[in-house]
Amino acid sequence: MKTEVFFLFLSLFLFTSCSSSSNDAEDVYTPIPASLNIPDLFQQKLIAPLVPNNNPLTEEGIALGKKLFFEKRLSGDNTQSCASCHNPQNSFTDDTRFSDGIDGAFGTRNSMPLFNLAWNFSDRFTWDGKELGLERQALEPVRNPIEMHSVWTDVVNKLQQDSQYPNLFLRAFGTSTIDSTLVTKAIAQFERTLISGNSKFDQHLLGTAQLTAEELNGFNVFMDEAKGDCFHCHGSDNNPLWTDNAFHNNGLDNTFTDLGLGDVTGDPNDNGKFRSPSLRNLIFTAPYMHDGRFATLDDVINHYSEGLKSSSTIDPLMKKVQQGGVQLSAQDKADLKAFLLTLSDNNFVSNPDFQE
Amino acid sequence: MKIRLLVILCLSFFIRSCSDDSDIVIEPVAITLNFSHAWQDTEITSADFNDIKFPNANGEELSIERLRYLISEITLTHESGVVTTLDDYTLVDVTNSENLSLTTSATILPGNYTGISFRFGFSNDNNTDGVYQDLNTASFNVPGMLGGGYHYMQFDGKYLDTNSAEAPFNYHAIRAVDITDPNNLVFQDTSFQVSLGEIIVGNNTNVNIQMDIYEWFSTPNLWDLNVLNTVLMPNSDAQVLMSQNGTSVFSLVNIIQ
Repeated sequence: MKTEVFFLFLSLFLFTSCSSSSNDAEDVYTPIPASLNIPDLFQQKLIAPLVPNNNPLTEEGIALGKKLFFEKRLSGDNTQSCASCHNPQNSFTDDTRFSDGIDGAFGTRNSMPLFNLAWNFSDRFTWDGKELGLERQALEPVRNPIEMHSVWTDVVNKLQQDSQYPNLFLRAFGTSTIDSTLVTKAIAQFERTLISGNSKFDQHLLGTAQLTAEELNGFNVFMDEAKGDCFHCHGSDNNPLWTDNAFHNNGLDNTFTDLGLGDVTGDPNDNGKFRSPSLRNLIFTAPYMHDGRFATLDDVINHYSEGLKSSSTIDPLMKKVQQGGVQLSAQDKADLKAFLLTLSDNNFVSNPDFQE
Repeated sequence: MKIRLLVILCLSFFIRSCSDDSDIVIEPVAITLNFSHAWQDTEITSADFNDIKFPNANGEELSIERLRYLISEITLTHESGVVTTLDDYTLVDVTNSENLSLTTSATILPGNYTGISFRFGFSNDNNTDGVYQDLNTASFNVPGMLGGGYHYMQFDGKYLDTNSAEAPFNYHAIRAVDITDPNNLVFQDTSFQVSLGEIIVGNNTNVNIQMDIYEWFSTPNLWDLNVLNTVLMPNSDAQVLMSQNGTSVFSLVNIIQ
């Protein structure tokens, strides 16, 4: 009996060993799992970021995504990459009101900055929320005729013919056969690593930096329901995203030429609503609003103070619309601007991990 | 060898049988609270939002555009007198039809309970600034200048003012705070318990609760939106009025086992 059991185990061992050898022969590479570099304040204050189960982060996937983010062959004439409109030095937006595509055509929306995207739990991206998920979002600009104006089959062919990409895909995803799904998965992995959480205000909250009296007053204006009342839509010292990632009509127009969320949902109650952008890194991201209509932060503050326009879908949080806005004093405006600039994260825009 | 195995198997069988017969194991269970919403006798959902169609007791027509509120501290009093408080809380988000049900993560023993209640908002003890990551992420915080902590409710909409013009209201309930002296804030806990009466807790107990939104404007304080509409968070008196009106807002629809 004992002898039989011994031979049974021996056979199993040999069989397993053979099986392993055969895998080695196929040269299957297992990518190295990666995790996000989450700032202390985010760990303390926020729930864990969203990473889809079907696209886990790996070192190889992130590195490939970064290479693809700066890859100009994603465009029809090989002149534009994602970074052309999402420049790291501008907190991953650009400095123009509208961006021009490869044919010189301009869009109608301001390029959105890219950071802290894994904390957008609604998973609705872009100004109007039409893109569900980062992976799906990355599909769109490539084939948009006024942006990169390409077709995915051409892009895939170009990458497949490259001397490096097939092997990089093999290491990241276990196959050297490239397709648009894997390209966008890699780009989304890289985008999720774009985390900004080291501004002066973050340091102030962590006790390593001190705000000036003007900056502190500006923060109070931001948080005071009777003054700026910015916190209901734009986060707070307890929500370091500085956005609610929700959709609001913030009183820009009496009538709409761009329906925003309403164009996506088909619900007239959503007309004129756009996603609240984060207030981090404003120093790098001018011009402002979905259509880049405000060139400066002063213009933005003046809008909320005196420039609100009523419409059927204006958010009730724009509570002083009948008076034109919240009527801030010149000092409060200046201090509010000073506070907003404390949300600038210089390390983020110069982070070598995010440069080409 | 085979005989020894047979004996062991038989013994195991008998021991298990004895155990089943003598011990009735009562497993603790979770309970589920389901929240629905009404304007007086008419049930409403987010599909009814954004239209100015709800007349309040003071005669103003209003719309609901955003409604979310915090429920915590589910407390059950057993017929033996033992009181159990479950630490669960949830942010009921009517606008997005999210978290309309709360199934407790903590469990209690089935049986007869002389009372079940929940708290609207957080009690002072639980209303600690910044400690609830999900509520921070949902931007449900109260500014530090008002003592911090969390909203109890965010209820936004529009009403027709005395000139029949649309005007916004922000009926935001928080812990009342007197900010007359910013260096010496004076708080009043305006969260409140809602008692739903007796309950028999079984293996699958659903407690169906309804919020009558109309009641926020009617009883015992007739609410005039032309007077109290926005910037109510720092208004301590308004917070007390909201709390008083809130006590008639919730009612038990039924309990389904």
